Amino acid sequence: MRAQPKRFLPTVRRYPTIGISLFVICLLVGVSIYTMIRLPLSEALDLWYENPDAWVDTPWCVPPAWTNLFRKADLPETIIVYTGDVEQTTEPVTATTSRETLLLTYDYDFTTLPSEVTFFYQFSYGTKRPQMTITWVRPDGSELELWRNSPRRGSSRLMISDDIDLEELFAVDANGVALDGPYALRISILTFESEGLWIDGRLVVYGGVYGLAGTDGNRRDLMIALLWGTPVALMFGILATIGTTIIGFILAAIGSWFGGWIDATIQRVTEVGMMIPFLPTIMMVGMFYSRNLWVLLGFIIGLNVFTGAVKSYRAMFLQVKSAPYIEAARAYGAGNGRIISRYMIPHVAPVLLPQFVLGVPRFVFLEASLALLGVGPANLITWGNVLADGRNGLYMGFFYWVLEPAFLLVVMGVSFSMLGYALDRVFNPRLRDI
Amino acid sequence: MRRFCGILRTTMSRRPSRSSSVLSRSQRGRETRRALIGFLRYVLIRSIAVGITVVVGVYLAIWISNLGGVADQWHKDAISEMVLLGLRGPAYSDLSAEEFRELVDATVEAAYAAHGFDRSFVHRSFQYLAEALSLSFGDTRVGGALGVPMRAGMTGSTEVRDIILEPLPRTVLLFCTATLLSLLLSLFGSLFLTRRYGNLIDRLSTLLIPVFAAPPWLHGVVLIVLFASVLRILPYGGVVDAPPPDGTFAYLLSVLKHMILPVMAWVLATLPMTLYANRAFFLIHSKEDYVELARAKGLRVGRIQRRYLLRPVLPAIITQFTLTLIASWQGAILVETVFGWPGIGSLLYEAVYRNQVPVVIGTVTVFALLLGISVIALDVVYALVDPRVRIGGGRKR
Repeated sequence: MRAQPKRFLPTVRRYPTIGISLFVICLLVGVSIYTMIRLPLSEALDLWYENPDAWVDTPWCVPPAWTNLFRKADLPETIIVYTGDVEQTTEPVTATTSRETLLLTYDYDFTTLPSEVTFFYQFSYGTKRPQMTITWVRPDGSELELWRNSPRRGSSRLMISDDIDLEELFAVDANGVALDGPYALRISILTFESEGLWIDGRLVVYGGVYGLAGTDGNRRDLMIALLWGTPVALMFGILATIGTTIIGFILAAIGSWFGGWIDATIQRVTEVGMMIPFLPTIMMVGMFYSRNLWVLLGFIIGLNVFTGAVKSYRAMFLQVKSAPYIEAARAYGAGNGRIISRYMIPHVAPVLLPQFVLGVPRFVFLEASLALLGVGPANLITWGNVLADGRNGLYMGFFYWVLEPAFLLVVMGVSFSMLGYALDRVFNPRLRDI
Repeated sequence: MRRFCGILRTTMSRRPSRSSSVLSRSQRGRETRRALIGFLRYVLIRSIAVGITVVVGVYLAIWISNLGGVADQWHKDAISEMVLLGLRGPAYSDLSAEEFRELVDATVEAAYAAHGFDRSFVHRSFQYLAEALSLSFGDTRVGGALGVPMRAGMTGSTEVRDIILEPLPRTVLLFCTATLLSLLLSLFGSLFLTRRYGNLIDRLSTLLIPVFAAPPWLHGVVLIVLFASVLRILPYGGVVDAPPPDGTFAYLLSVLKHMILPVMAWVLATLPMTLYANRAFFLIHSKEDYVELARAKGLRVGRIQRRYLLRPVLPAIITQFTLTLIASWQGAILVETVFGWPGIGSLLYEAVYRNQVPVVIGTVTVFALLLGISVIALDVVYALVDPRVRIGGGRKR
């Protein structure tokens, strides 16, 4: 046992996959720490589930910005023009009547269409209701009157692209190319009193791409979910694996050491446990009982302890039990607890390590599976949640929504299983030459 | 049956292979009979043991389904709702509020008693167990009138038994095909890799194995994106085209087309692991002396692999096959949900969503039975293939 650390380094050099997978795992851990510091869980949950107002200005179901690299013509990013940033001109019509004009201009450098155009505004006036006209001005000077009415006090929105096709707004020609150049939205208000008029608004030209990860069907930035999914997945996988392997290991050690009815009981319970269909049972727990993370974890660990693994650990311990050094320990008067913890478990532990590493992705995928079935841990943001949501977008062609969490799941799974396979070879010399 | 006895005889009398020809006809017959009886006893004992564990497993599942009394509460709510619906009408309108409440309470109590709620859960759990094991849960509209009533897809029956048994063949069809295909591919693939041990294909494939570590349903999602959404050459899911094509041949062809993606997802997810394991088994055994001897004798590679490699490895491969088959019954839930394949997995998903506790417990029972049958089948085949497994009356060493 002593010589092993010295031998370990050269073996690692023989298996470059260990280095690569450790690097990826460290990267995932780094992302987790960064996320937890930058955006604490309570804030992230609030932003993700409780706060739809935060996502008014983000486009609906658009792919990430880097997908433009693979496109012939770039899709636009979101453009927002605020009324506070433009000059308000006043032009008297009669003694009491005047025309207030706001010109919201922006440069549109794209030949493709945005996803939506909406004008949000808050409006207030003195006593007489003014009249508002909203006009769309294209770069070629042509104009399109969008709306003419007397707005009420308070906040409202004009969904421009719902009333008029985007193709018409952006003067798409026969080749499907949109007109680029300086566009403007002119808001002119005919007011019948000199005071009390107040308007605050913004024109949002929703882009065709957004951020590093795109947005989902609730306009939320997927990046938040993908970032927060990392620590959640790591934690879920590692906790569940620690629970199942260690409890199974201890049970097998106790059973094989004491033998008799203790061993028989553990064996019979394991056989029954192997016969309980795991996934349906967890689905029942999730639907009928609780979707609390800790309850689910407890059930997952409890149901996964009693599997074939306990049997194989037991076989290993039975071999160790008859070894001479155990007899020596017993001769100097070591107790049961001491022999199990000091002699038996450390001797078999190296076999545990690859099993442990291979177990992590299994539970990460399990969490995603539960989310897919709608019984995943509630009140958390996980990759599985995003993937389950994203399946609805599949039929509408929003592939990125499914592929991003799937990709991250695969990255995590591959890095852990590569490490596990390599460690298996390091610790099982019989496999080393194969 | 004769063939079966033949396998048995060769298995039983492998060691004294020469002496069997010396034995008289009647002696040989007696030996075969004794072997058959011993074998049957072994199968019987194993079946009883597995059967008991299945029953205990289902019983535990019943307890879990009633965790915290949620399922009971739903059942009671549904009953009282039905009672209230029944007490509507002009006949009750001249009762005072007090009288009406008393009437409702009395009727609800009676209805609870009729459904067995006056007894403790322990008592009822055994009743549920009996119902679960015989799959006789009655009608989804009457007995467990929780949530939305369900119907069997083809016949429209509302009997729980029909609802569960109707999709079962589709699950068996899909997953037996997928698992068998995976087994055959892994067997021939690993023999192929063993033959080319150490060259580029071998190294590359062992290096790439962890890349496919994702579960089948994740492969399925990616395959759907690729073949259904982008390329549009294969369907998103389901069993047949809608409307189903006329003619048996066209129908079968359409079913086959719908099976491609789920089977592919299953094979992609399970094949690499089994390939890796089988290759290791073969390589370990190919260093044995008798294989070296066979090679030295100049036997052809194919013959060496069939006679000297496959035979000792077969029990391990059968174990692995059964384990993947067992895993497939659980993986079925996810793969069927992803592909909309109307088997027992998507039935469970739907039943959980509709709060149909009887259907859920019935499906869990079927899953447990499938598990048990797979385990018994493993034991039987194991005993047939591996002469080292003692089949004389199931005695354990």
